[in-house]
Amino acid sequence: MNLHAIKVIYKFEMLRAWETLLQSFASPVISTSLYFVVFGSAIGSRIQQIDGVPYGTFIVPGLMMLALLTQSTANASFGIFLPKFTGTIYEIMSAPISFIEIVIGYVGAAATKSFIIGLIILATAGFFVPLEIAHPFWMMSFLILTCISFSLFGFIIGLWANNFEKLQLIPLLVITPLVFLGGSFYSIEMLPAPWQSVSLFNPVVYLISGFRWSFFEVADVSIGLSLTMILLFMAACLFVVWWMFKTGYRMKK
Amino acid sequence: MENIVTISNISKTYAGGHQALKNLSLDIKRGEILALLGPNGAGKTTLISIICGIVNATEGSITVNGHDIVSDFRTTRRMIGLVPQELTLGAFDKVINTLRFSRGLFGKKPNPSYLEQLLRSLSLWDKRHAEIMTLSGGMKRRVLIAKALAHEPVVLFLDEPTAGVDVELRKEMWTLIRRLRESGVTIILTTHYIEEAEEIADRVGVINRGELLLLDAKHSIMHKLGKKQLHIELKLPVKTVPEILSDWHLELSANGSRLNYTYDPHNTHIDIVGLLDALDAAGLQLKDISTSQRTLEDIFVSLVNETT
Repeated sequence: MNLHAIKVIYKFEMLRAWETLLQSFASPVISTSLYFVVFGSAIGSRIQQIDGVPYGTFIVPGLMMLALLTQSTANASFGIFLPKFTGTIYEIMSAPISFIEIVIGYVGAAATKSFIIGLIILATAGFFVPLEIAHPFWMMSFLILTCISFSLFGFIIGLWANNFEKLQLIPLLVITPLVFLGGSFYSIEMLPAPWQSVSLFNPVVYLISGFRWSFFEVADVSIGLSLTMILLFMAACLFVVWWMFKTGYRMKK
Repeated sequence: MENIVTISNISKTYAGGHQALKNLSLDIKRGEILALLGPNGAGKTTLISIICGIVNATEGSITVNGHDIVSDFRTTRRMIGLVPQELTLGAFDKVINTLRFSRGLFGKKPNPSYLEQLLRSLSLWDKRHAEIMTLSGGMKRRVLIAKALAHEPVVLFLDEPTAGVDVELRKEMWTLIRRLRESGVTIILTTHYIEEAEEIADRVGVINRGELLLLDAKHSIMHKLGKKQLHIELKLPVKTVPEILSDWHLELSANGSRLNYTYDPHNTHIDIVGLLDALDAAGLQLKDISTSQRTLEDIFVSLVNETT
């Protein structure tokens, strides 16, 4: 295994985040704070509790997921799209490096950035609402698995996209609506029965539900199902990335 | 000299149906400078891209130092450095960081003293902390060369290294290429500047329409194909070459005021004095005489024209 290559890709990507510190880390914190102001204060005053959890506290896992999913996808997609766009991808393609090493470098860096953002949001939330984490181990596990799997998904988007419009297309038109409709700010039990069934087709429901369970021991679906879904999603993303590298899809002529 | 790169029956057909390479075979000798000449779209960049792993060949095989570029890609790619034609660099990256990246990417552990030596040799040491977008075009090209050399390759591919650079920088590049060869690096450069191949190459290959038309030592090509011409300016123009001179196969040009005699300078039986006597016998009065050597460019043009 080419460990030096993994290390330099990882460091290079992390350096990029560091050099754009304000954009990378401060912007999600500001967005989260605004969500707390709008949802926590304005709506929270009308919804007292959900499943025995104060509304302001209830939305913390959903808010973290919203940031994790969008940031993981954006970081990883941009990370691999940029060398494609500038043409520096030739160096990656001609290096003695396998697809798995490229993935570890780029996806690892994107997932790390999202993980840090997740922790920053958690700390920010602590300033607004009282927080208790019932299962810290599972909380961290869900956090890490979500960062990795959605960074993988973002990596696929970055490989697939051949212009900036496509790069934004999936995050804006698919991920954001799925997160908003996936119970970030409510329990799907609050929806009318037909919409509850429809929501079960939204994969993000399983992520948010499992993550929320690790905080408050309340969930829309079972923890086992949540875990299975996220692992399946990760496996599917890995398979697609492997196929893209094997066939040289949108990389090799 | 032993071969370091062996290209056997390589063909490449792109998805759109364009056949960029047609059953091309070529051996590159260790320590040489090989210039691949060809017009735009001849297949030069495709060939280099296949060797470096950027493009997949449709058929054929390539070995570098005896290792297959597909089954043993880690070994072959460690030995190869590539300087692309375009100035493909991260605009916001710092020079030293991009070099560290390149070195690590090719599996080499950090070596600050080597990178310092490399940057100094390319007159980039003072710019090591500069962002690439602040550098001039010539400096950017040198950064690309530094990146390609950052992992100490033994084979270096330079794709149009002097395309769009001024004369001074071009000469600097040639000096650098010669210096690299002296340090033991095998160099393959593509160019459509004949002058470049003539100046620095040991061997020249001519590619057109995906086929290798010619491959030989530069001096050998010049020897075999580099004919000379004797130009005879006449005081009074003639309409046709006099019958008495038919054995000399002269060509008439410049509206009948110049006769051209093409000959092989290495042929010991050439009798220039005899020709002058024959001209005198034909009653032609001479105004001036000059000679010209067929250049590599003439050879290249005639080869390419023959295949188009």
